[in-house]
This record gives sequence, structure tokens and C-alpha cells, in this order.
Amino acid sequence: MLLEIRDLRVSVDGAEILKGVSLAVAPGQVHAIMGPNGSGKSTLANVIAGRPGYDVTGGDVVYDGESLLDMTPDERALAGVFLAFQYPVELPGVRNRQFLKSAMDARRERAGHDNLSAREFDKMYREAVREVEIGEELMKRGVNEGFSGGEKKRSEMLQLTLIDPRLALLDETDSGLDIDALRLVAGIVNRRRRPDNATVLVTHYQRILGHITPDYVHVLLDGKIAQSGGRELALKLEEKGYEWLKEGS
Amino acid sequence: MTHSPTAYETYEADFLRLARRGGEPAWLREIRAAAWDRFAEVGFPTETRGNEPWKYTNVGPIARSAFAYPDDGAADGVSPAQVKALAPWDDGWTTLVFVDGVYAPALSRISAGAARVRTISGAVAADGVAVSERLGRCASIEDGFTAVNTALMRDGAVVETQDDSGRDTPVHLVFMASGASPDRVSYPRTLALAGRNSRLTLVESYVGPPDARYFTNAVVEIAVSEGASVEHYRYMTESEKAFHVGATRVRLDAGASFASTSFATGSRIARNDLNVHIDGEGASCLLKGLYLTSGSQHLDNHINIDHAKPHCSSDQFFKGILSGRSRAVFSGRVLVRKDAQKTVARQSDKNLLLSEGARINTKPSLEIYADDIQATHGATAGAVAEDALFYMRSRGLDEDTARQLLVAGFAAEIIDSISLDALRERAALTVSSGHAATGAKSQQGRAIADV
Ligand SMILES: Nc1ncnc2c1ncn2[C@@H]1O[C@H](COP(=O)(O)OP(=O)(O)OP(=O)(O)O)[C@@H](O)[C@H]1O
Ligand SMILES: [Mg+2]
Repeated sequence: MLLEIRDLRVSVDGAEILKGVSLAVAPGQVHAIMGPNGSGKSTLANVIAGRPGYDVTGGDVVYDGESLLDMTPDERALAGVFLAFQYPVELPGVRNRQFLKSAMDARRERAGHDNLSAREFDKMYREAVREVEIGEELMKRGVNEGFSGGEKKRSEMLQLTLIDPRLALLDETDSGLDIDALRLVAGIVNRRRRPDNATVLVTHYQRILGHITPDYVHVLLDGKIAQSGGRELALKLEEKGYEWLKEGS
Repeated sequence: MTHSPTAYETYEADFLRLARRGGEPAWLREIRAAAWDRFAEVGFPTETRGNEPWKYTNVGPIARSAFAYPDDGAADGVSPAQVKALAPWDDGWTTLVFVDGVYAPALSRISAGAARVRTISGAVAADGVAVSERLGRCASIEDGFTAVNTALMRDGAVVETQDDSGRDTPVHLVFMASGASPDRVSYPRTLALAGRNSRLTLVESYVGPPDARYFTNAVVEIAVSEGASVEHYRYMTESEKAFHVGATRVRLDAGASFASTSFATGSRIARNDLNVHIDGEGASCLLKGLYLTSGSQHLDNHINIDHAKPHCSSDQFFKGILSGRSRAVFSGRVLVRKDAQKTVARQSDKNLLLSEGARINTKPSLEIYADDIQATHGATAGAVAEDALFYMRSRGLDEDTARQLLVAGFAAEIIDSISLDALRERAALTVSSGHAATGAKSQQGRAIADV
């Protein structure tokens, strides 16, 4: 397994938010996590990425055979974990190129490679900028600085493309996107699909799953996985809402 | 009188020695004598009560110390490389270098340009009359520091542009401390006169070797004539043990514009004291500043803008980055007089506090006597945003690198607006090499190592 979440329990300020989540993601797979607002989807993604402020009270998150829980966020990133934020953060004045090159070089350094030359970076950067269709002018601002919601999501996709992590967690990257942008995100997820990596999509919408065929769909309800299945589960949710699951549980 | 006897006696001995030395025109001796009388009367502003302009800055350590008056050979043995290691440098500029206040022709470089650049001593000898009419016109000797600078000044620069002269070679004045012992005091003095409708770019650098203890007491007078525009930079990276009091006094005539950026780090105690007297209709000034303090440094930005005429604007835009147990002050006062209708005045001071122990006193203030004006002011202080740090770390950057990028990003707004490449790059380097997040132990030492 690339990622194995075992009976994970997480609290914030004493309130239990994740109440025993188990999930296994094998290399080569794409998983979708759905669930109502406040059910704990972002909490799960954040805890995997190492965001401070959460108390893990039980269980474990194992990535590539090692527990992530004792690792700092940057160690997790260097190990290959990437979180596309539901609400990407603005970094005023921090130059995109410098930020991205530092991030890429940090990973290369970890792998024992030399830093990218300015030229090599430039080439990759330009290609990625073209791929995510983000304006070059926009990229002259600080990272995400004054970006619209959709522009921020494209900026996340740019980072995903350049960093090329083994495990990508996309927290509602499809929310608030126009149709073209949605296709673009789907395209990026589909193209990155390789036997050695995996993607976990947190989403509210069946729509993106029309472009990406997930291997599994999970429903997170009140801090627990209430149901897992294939693509058809997403369709059923679209039709029936979450009520039928709540009744069933 | 509020100076300790030994320190006072040292100043007095310096004054008497200068007076005996002779060779100066009578008008200059009179100016010195009047300034000395003023200093003898008021001393340094050490009072802790009723001393509003110095409320946040205790100058006791300066007043109690005795500093030696440098001799004529101060610049001997200083190499061009030492100057370039400390101060920004561009071969295309005209640069006058002063070491401990003594002009160093061998370290200076005169490039072709329209501005007339001379030393004060040279200008006094050549055409004393013109200088006598200007010296002290903008800088009142009311304050003890300016008084003692005026009484004891040794040299400095006179920079003049002709009426209608266009964009020109930047003029750079480097005031460098040698760091020689015993601890020295220098009194740099600058007189900049921009002729009608002319343009002038003026850079002042105040620098010293790491760890050196000295006192720089600088006075700058800038008169911007009708329709002229001055782009001004003040780059201060004194040693962390140095004391620095700099008074900049600016007068703007009608339609004049003054854009100034101050970059300040270092110093045990530093004061950036800037007064702009807007004395003509349609004039504008834009004052920016970036200050970085660390360790137990103290830096005081004291700004006064006097709007005396209608249809003028003033902008103050300052940012501070504080770490360690350092303390910074921003006190920006805007006075809008009764006649100054249609004034637009803005003030902003934003601070990034990198440690629990750092403290900022920020006090933008407005005193308004006109009724038809627009004024805004704001001040903020905050720590590095945790969510920004996490975001960056989630991309694989370690905490120090993430902080460094955030700090540089905070500074970028000011740094990026510096139009002179050599200065902008130097300032950016000082920010990135010095303020790595937590402590910045020897920012200058490291900045030098990187050059
Ligand atoms: N830092 C926090 N402090 C307090 N409560 C929190 C915190 N983080 C999450 N919670 C709470 O935990 C619950 C789950 O939040 P989470 O953001 O994980 O939900 P979500 O499933 O991602 O919802 P959405 O679909 O709206 O994004 C919510 O009730 C939320 O208020
Ligand atoms: Mg969420």
C-alpha cells in the first residue's frame, strides 16, 4: 500500500472529528472521498499533510511503510505527500518562481540530485504554466496574491504538476471551477496516473468523476467512512443525497 | 543641561579646538558658535518627562559616552574593497566617500553628470557666500543633536542641480565608520539643492564594520525648488554597536516632489528623524521605509510632515521586521495647517514581529486645522502567519527557508520599488542574509560574507 490509514482518531480542542477512519490506497489508484460539509474530509487531508492544531488520539497514518505522524510537514512533503488546499494560502511578496524552485530543489536534494539550473527550471516552469493555463502576468505577483478562487486552484495544479508527488491529496480542487478549469484539473489527474503513484480527491461533485474514473469512492459521514464502493456510489449519492446513508447507519 | 560632565567636556574641547584652528570664514564660525551655545543650553534630549519627540527613545547611552573627534588621516588604510563590502556601489554613479566624516578622494568616484557635487569644505572655500545662505536653512538647531552637528561638523557634501536639468547620474554619499578605537563620532552634513524643474537622484549610505562602536550624528538638508523632483534613498546598515542619529530636513516649493526610501538595519540605538516642510502649492512627498531590527537594537523612525499650503499630498509607507528583543518606533505625525485645504495625507506602518520579545511602538498621528482634506492612517503588527508557514512547509520547504521567504516577501513591497539596481540588490541581500527568521545574530557579518 502507498497509504494506509488505520482507525484514525483526531480531535480539535477536545472535540472528536475523525472517529476511526480506515482507508488503504494502493499505488496506481485514484480514490474519491465524498461527504457532507463538516464531516471531516479536510481534517483527514490536513492530518495526512501534517497541519498543526490537530490531536491524533488514536490510530496511524502509514505512507510507504512508515508512519507519517511523527514527521514534520516538510518531511512528509519530501517523502512525496502533496496536499492541494481547499483554501490555498496567499503568500504576499513571495515570488512564484523562487517558491517553486525552492520546493523542487528541496525534493531533488533529498533524492541526492543537484539543484535545477535556472535554465532547466525555466523550461519546466514555462511548460507547467502553459499546461494549467495560468496567465504569466498573474504569476509575477506573489504566490496566490490577490488570485481569484479559480486562479488559486490553478496555482495549486501548477505546483502539483511541477512537484509531481507520489501521493496527491486534492481537497475540493474542483469546487468553484468553471467547466474548462474542471476539465483541466481532470486532465492533470489523469495524466499523472502512473503505476507508482496515487491520487485522493476530496469532492462534493459527481461532475468531476465524469472525467476521472476513480477506483474507489468513499463516503465520510460524521468522522467515519460510512460506505465505500465504485463509481456508481457517486451517482447514487448524486441522486439520493446523504440521507439514505445516515438512515442506514 | 543634561549631559554627563565628561562627555560634555569632550564636546566642548572639540569645539574649542575647532575654533582655535581657524581658517574658516567668519559666517561659518558664527553659525558654529550659535549652534554650540544652543547645545550648551539644551544638551542631548535625555529627559524622561515632557520630552515628547524622544518619548520612546532613551539617548542616555549616547549622552553618557565620550567619543573621539577623528583626525585628518581617518581614511588612511581604508580600501575600496572595504567600502564596497559595506555600501552599495555602482561605477556609473558619482560617489563621494567619507570615512569618519573625513572626505576620502581616493575612495571616491566622480562620474559625468549634470549635478554639481562638492564637499562642504571645498564649497565653503570656493564660494562661501552661496553656502552660507543655504547651510542651516532647513535644519533648525533647536534639537541638541542637530546643534552639535552644526557646531562640530567637519565635512560633507553639497549637491546642486541647475534649473531645468533632467534625469541625471545618481549621486551617492557614503558615510562610513572606520571602526578605529577609541570610539569615534562623526558629523556628516549634506546640503542638496534641486534647482527649478530639475531632477536629482540622491543616495546616502551610512555604514560601518561589524562590531565597531561609534556615533554617527548626521544632518541632511534638502531644498526642492519649484517643479523639481528628488528621488532620495537612505541606506543605513551601521554596526550593531553603533549609535546613529540622522536628521533629514526637507523643504518643498510649489509643484515639487520628493520621493524617499529609507532602508535601516543595525545600530544599538538609531533614530531616523525626517521632517518635510511642504511650503508650496501642488507639492507632493512619498516617504517609504523598511526597518529591520534584531538582538537588543532600538530604531526610532520619527517623521513630521508639515502641510502649510493647499493641494499637496503626503504618503508615508513604512514596514518593520523585528526579531530578538529589539524595539522599533514609528511615529509619523502629519500637521495640516489652516491654509492647507485639499491636502491628501496617508500614513501606514506595518510590522512583522519574528519573536515574542520584539516590540513596536507605532503611532501615526494627524493634527488637522483645515476642513477640506483627506487623511487616512493605519498601523499593524503581527507574527508570521502560521497558515502561510504550513502551506510552504507542505511543499517541502524547511521552516527556516519558509520564514526567510515570508520575511523577504514582506520586505519586497518596499525593496522592489527601489529603482537603482545596485541599491535594490544590496538591500535585498541584507534582508535575506540577515533576517533568517529567528535571530539574525550578525546580519552584517553574513551580508559581507555573501558579497
Ligand atoms: N481547527 C479547527 N477548530 C475547530 N473546529 C474545527 C477545526 N477544524 C475542523 N473543525 C471542525 O471539524 C469538523 C470537520 O471539518 P472539516 O473541515 O474537516 O470538514 P469538511 O468535511 O472538509 O467540510 P467541507 O465540505 O465544508 O469542506 C467541522 O465541524 C469543523 O468545524
Ligand atoms: Mg473541507
